[in-house]
Amino acid sequence: MGKPKIATVWLEGCSGCHMSFLDLDEALVDVLSKVELCDTPITDFKDFNFPDVDVGIIEGSIANEEELKIACKLREHCKVLVAWGDCAVFGGINTLRNTVPKEAILRRGFIETESTVGGVMPVDPELPLLLDKAVPVNYHVNVDVYVPGCPPSPEAIAYSLTEILAGRIPVLPSEMMHYD
Amino acid sequence: MTKARKITINPVSRLEGHGKVTIHLDEDGEVRDARFHVTQFRGFERFCEGRPFEEMPVITQRICGICPVSHQLASAKACDAILGVDIPETAKRLRELEHMGQFIQSHALHFFHLASPDLLLGWDADPAKRNVVGVINAFPDLAVKGIRLRRFGQEIIKALGGKKIHPSFAVPGGVNGALSREDRDGLLGGFDEAYGTCRTAIDLIKGWIEKNLEQVKAFANFESNYAGLMDDQGCPDMYEGRLRIVGHDGETVAEFDPADYLSFIGEHVEPWSYLKFPFFKPQGYPDGGYRVGPLGRLNAADRMRTPKADDELQVYREMSRDGLRGCTLLYHYTRLIELLGCLERAEEILTEDSVCGQDIRITADPANEEGIGVIEAPRGTLIHHYVVDKFGAIKRINLIVATGHNNIAMNRSIGLVAREYIHDGEVREGILNRVEGAIRCYDPCLSCSTHALGQMALKIEIYGPDGMILDQLQRN
Repeated sequence: MGKPKIATVWLEGCSGCHMSFLDLDEALVDVLSKVELCDTPITDFKDFNFPDVDVGIIEGSIANEEELKIACKLREHCKVLVAWGDCAVFGGINTLRNTVPKEAILRRGFIETESTVGGVMPVDPELPLLLDKAVPVNYHVNVDVYVPGCPPSPEAIAYSLTEILAGRIPVLPSEMMHYD
Repeated sequence: MTKARKITINPVSRLEGHGKVTIHLDEDGEVRDARFHVTQFRGFERFCEGRPFEEMPVITQRICGICPVSHQLASAKACDAILGVDIPETAKRLRELEHMGQFIQSHALHFFHLASPDLLLGWDADPAKRNVVGVINAFPDLAVKGIRLRRFGQEIIKALGGKKIHPSFAVPGGVNGALSREDRDGLLGGFDEAYGTCRTAIDLIKGWIEKNLEQVKAFANFESNYAGLMDDQGCPDMYEGRLRIVGHDGETVAEFDPADYLSFIGEHVEPWSYLKFPFFKPQGYPDGGYRVGPLGRLNAADRMRTPKADDELQVYREMSRDGLRGCTLLYHYTRLIELLGCLERAEEILTEDSVCGQDIRITADPANEEGIGVIEAPRGTLIHHYVVDKFGAIKRINLIVATGHNNIAMNRSIGLVAREYIHDGEVREGILNRVEGAIRCYDPCLSCSTHALGQMALKIEIYGPDGMILDQLQRN
């Protein structure tokens, strides 16, 4: 039997959860020797065409059309889907925009900001449209494991991954359970 | 048959975030246009309105999980300006120390985890192995050294702010915790190894440049302006200073108090990217493009503030004298010179007696309606600008992030590399990786770029002359 396969993505977030994964430091070498990393932001696989994997991991909330598509695709191709961090679990900081119409947000960013000169609203086939609201991953697809924290500690990430690879749904010990 | 098509690279990988590149070929299969798209936008400049300004260091650092400290510090500096206070000397040193921790971890991350696969394994290496795991397998000792160097930077941050990512430390008027003598002594024990690893990396990149000199010269080599914050001796200062912009001939074209940034810097919008295009106003868009980050700072500087980094700068100057100043691949070398300088500066601060002092914060009521905080983030100049009402609620917030300043240059670079390597409509995977590599040199932080609302992924699409997508190039 080959090594368990893992794919990770970051959607609407800051990449801090992936950085916390890298904060496993030397233990990372050990973790990476036990799994096969497929699509992740730190490898060179392209086009979000996920192979079938054992574990799919999502950092970030879902806030535009492309992110929604990627989340659905990863859900289809993984056995266990993990939400890493407060944005994926709760929507996180991105949900602060939900009380403001998206047109007003774009207008501020691309037309009204003090340093903008002759701004226009960005509209292009290459740019995914914003969804009305930034939402947690489980608004759109089923999530099997939640690892909260901003970001989750490396210990929480390692513990949950080890449990999943052992065939269990992890229950985080209280010292690893935090939301900041 | 026409060879016109659009190539898309999506996502651009081994970047901090998601980006996409499209390359348009004409009827003869030659490159007509190349664009780097940032495809995510988050809206901080709108949703922070109405919130108490004191919250900004905590909220805005969530823009980026790689350089949260930069946002926290730029934000805290803007808040100091609203309070109208000069923070205590110890607080300033501790903020700068936190910042050095961040430069060490961020520059190490970029070199070892993201860029080294191209340099050590090769542009054309098997894409399945061309990543940090491949480096761990092929060069285990070096990879572990790199991991430990990054860890050292993260530990400096943790000693001050309680955690490595999104620490709680800088606050309006100072910092919220003193440094214990025990932590200081612990950190001082880590420098020997850190210098050793940094030196290994510098030797490695110099050897690589020497071996690949022709490629370095041909790879996205172009003249531009360069910019960075400088102290009164003309040395790059990551925490404060005057913003200097030099032309391609090395002559200073402007040097100003960064609080006046609106007089000198404008932002252009292209409808095909969520990342704006800052430019030097007197030269207009796009001629007023400039480069920031390690190459920008070192090309704009007179010298380095610390001795080891200054020695290395002289070596770089010697090397770049003959038309190599504009070589995009030299970002990697200049990044490591900065890493060396940041290690020296961190050690300097830690050996000062006052660093464990208890005078770390001034409290005051808001005295000004406006505050501008500017620092050098690892990727370049970072600007936070707040306007508050009489109760201290944010009325307006404007942010220009480091990666944004390089947007014009990144687009130019991919165009140059695409034109160099793509001919007659022929494209292979290793070439696409070189296009991505051109972007990777700038170490763009797409998390930061998307603060407005965006995300970036690298994708090459091939367009026909009529704008129809003819083909998409994918890995695997």
